[in-house]
Amino acid sequence: MTTTVGLDKDDLLTILAPDGTVDPELDPGLDGAQCLRMYEAMVQTRVMDERLMNLQRQGRIFFYLASTGQEACSIGPAAALTPDDWWVPGYRQPGAFVYREVPLKLLVAQCYGNAWDVTKGRQMPVHYAFREQNMVSISSPIGTQVIQAAGVAMAMKRRGHAKVAITYIGDGGTSSNDFHAGMNFAAVDKAPVIVICENNGWAISVPTPRQTASETFVQKAVAYGMTGVRVDGNDVFATYKAVRDARERAVRGEGPTFLEFVTYRLAGHSSSDDPKRYRPEAECEAWRAKDPIERLRLYLEARGLWDAAREEALLERCRKAINEAVNDNERVPRPELISMFEDVWAELPPDLAAALDEERQARGEGRFP
Amino acid sequence: MREVTYREAVREAMREAMRADERVLLLGEDVGRYGGAFGVSKGLLEEFGEERVRDTPLSESGFVGAGIGAALGGLRPIVEVMTVNFSLLALDQIVNTAALLRHMSGDQFGVPLVLRMTTGAGRQLAAQHSHSLEGWYAHVPGLRVLAPATIEDARGMLAPALADPDPVVLFEHAGLYNLKGPLPEAPAPVDIARAAVRRPGRDVTLVTYGGSLGKALEAAAALAELGVDAEVIDLRVLRPLDDATLLASVARTHRAVIVDEGWRTGSLAGEVAARLGEQAFYDLDAPIERVCSAEVPIPYARHLELAALPRVEGIVAAALRTLGR
Ligand SMILES: Cc1ncc(C[n+]2csc(CCOP(=O)(O)OP(=O)(O)O)c2C)c(N)n1
Ligand SMILES: [Mg+2]
Repeated sequence: MTTTVGLDKDDLLTILAPDGTVDPELDPGLDGAQCLRMYEAMVQTRVMDERLMNLQRQGRIFFYLASTGQEACSIGPAAALTPDDWWVPGYRQPGAFVYREVPLKLLVAQCYGNAWDVTKGRQMPVHYAFREQNMVSISSPIGTQVIQAAGVAMAMKRRGHAKVAITYIGDGGTSSNDFHAGMNFAAVDKAPVIVICENNGWAISVPTPRQTASETFVQKAVAYGMTGVRVDGNDVFATYKAVRDARERAVRGEGPTFLEFVTYRLAGHSSSDDPKRYRPEAECEAWRAKDPIERLRLYLEARGLWDAAREEALLERCRKAINEAVNDNERVPRPELISMFEDVWAELPPDLAAALDEERQARGEGRFP
Repeated sequence: MREVTYREAVREAMREAMRADERVLLLGEDVGRYGGAFGVSKGLLEEFGEERVRDTPLSESGFVGAGIGAALGGLRPIVEVMTVNFSLLALDQIVNTAALLRHMSGDQFGVPLVLRMTTGAGRQLAAQHSHSLEGWYAHVPGLRVLAPATIEDARGMLAPALADPDPVVLFEHAGLYNLKGPLPEAPAPVDIARAAVRRPGRDVTLVTYGGSLGKALEAAAALAELGVDAEVIDLRVLRPLDDATLLASVARTHRAVIVDEGWRTGSLAGEVAARLGEQAFYDLDAPIERVCSAEVPIPYARHLELAALPRVEGIVAAALRTLGR
């Protein structure tokens, strides 16, 4: 049996209200330490996004894409999953990497594409990949990750691992072929996968009514025969609880869940666009009042876990951490030129071995190997 | 020795792989109950069950993408795509993820996936079922592309393909499934790095692969009648190409004819010709010849289809031209 919450626009799972009060019936009951960890990761993510966007403006990195305003969409789920559940992410969940404690200096290194970068200078900024955390490389073509996540989940089930895969897509991405292919495959296969649509209102300059004629995105879950929930994406307790519940269903063998996180992209799509050219400022202002970080802060204060002094200290700490990561990376050399020829295949084929030799000889070095 | 068909050889290879390794599973359209569009997987569902022989929903990008995910998650999927023509619906998954992931992730994630698909014409299935697009796949770094043209290769290429940590695309020419031939009870492993000399000869090298191997051998027999001793090379591996075998042959014969069922423009035949031009220019005594499909969508009517494909007479004529005859 699958159920759907959110068939119409008024239907939204909210636990933490913008004023910081909690719905006692739905409260996921997180302890203070857990709440603080989530809060700190959200603040660190926002500070990191701001710093790296500035770095792009200064010409230090070529591209950046922020998640400002959407931090609860990645951090609630990261907290709800186990550390070895698989992530097959989109590009707008840097918070998940922060929450999983990938060192900031490695995230920054990836944006620089330098010798510390574990993707070895080969991927666009924010296209992170971390094997150790089971976080698969972000795919640029929109939608492809959804069906891949269903495949990862199929493997977990087949191997008898009580693990799930989580994947993300934007509102625009729901129009892609592979969103459909992935949702359908996952549901037919009862794969332990959680598909999250971050509905942030816009796909670059295209608003949601130009992507779908459905009243809500979660309606799509009904047609696939999947459980679906429409969730307040700026409410970290709601995103946490929705994913925790979805995970429990998945490991019980009840199949995938589709979650629509209703949120808003407060910044531009990426460093390449100016949102003022295509959307009204007033819309943005209205959403600023629902800021996910602000909400959690009010809650923590009411619970006696937070105050102005702690806030000041945290901001200081987060800025210091990202500044240190940036400063350290400024001194890191570029990847070796010849490293470009490696890892195309696990084994170096003859033509690439020859290219590598040529490069080495041009630099007066010995022959391969 | 026993007589088996190419189809049975592929099936036997899959059965052996699935018996040997629990991680191997088969995904695709109609691969289970129906036994595959070309009957290759008949009997596998009965032996291995629905968990391992999976009839997937009808979406090429879907089951190829799921295969990629399953490979990432530690399985060794074999994905069957009915024909290369339909694989275009999965091109993004194959080219933008499977082929690139190892490099893009800095060697953190590889995609050990085997994709099997039919290719080629000759069965009056018209343009949207009959094209030979393997050259496109051979264009892409990160893929290994194989074209078994013989019973032994049909039987022997799957195991090394599954052992490969990277994605391998196997092209089975649809005209070969009923090919019959001897196979040892316990076939020897085959090498998936090298081209094979299928017929030694001194006068001219016929370079081919897959469904055109039979035509090249027939042409060589016809040339022998005319006193021309042709060598026939089966590329077997379309990526990475085995230049060494090609160059050694042309160094002996000084002449080359390339036979490729793909279209001539931007083709694998063009790539082979370019390599010979670059690396064997001073060995060549005549311009390189290419025998390819006509640059038209493959038609349905029998006589039109045959006219569009490489023919034995065309290969013979091209070989004679390289000899000034
Ligand atoms: C297949 C494909 N087409 C187009 C693009 C270019 N593109 C990048 S992001 C984007 C908009 C995506 O919007 P949405 O899915 O709503 O995600 P959001 O950026 O809002 O998080 C587009 C069109 C792409 N990356 N891939
Ligand atoms: Mg969007």
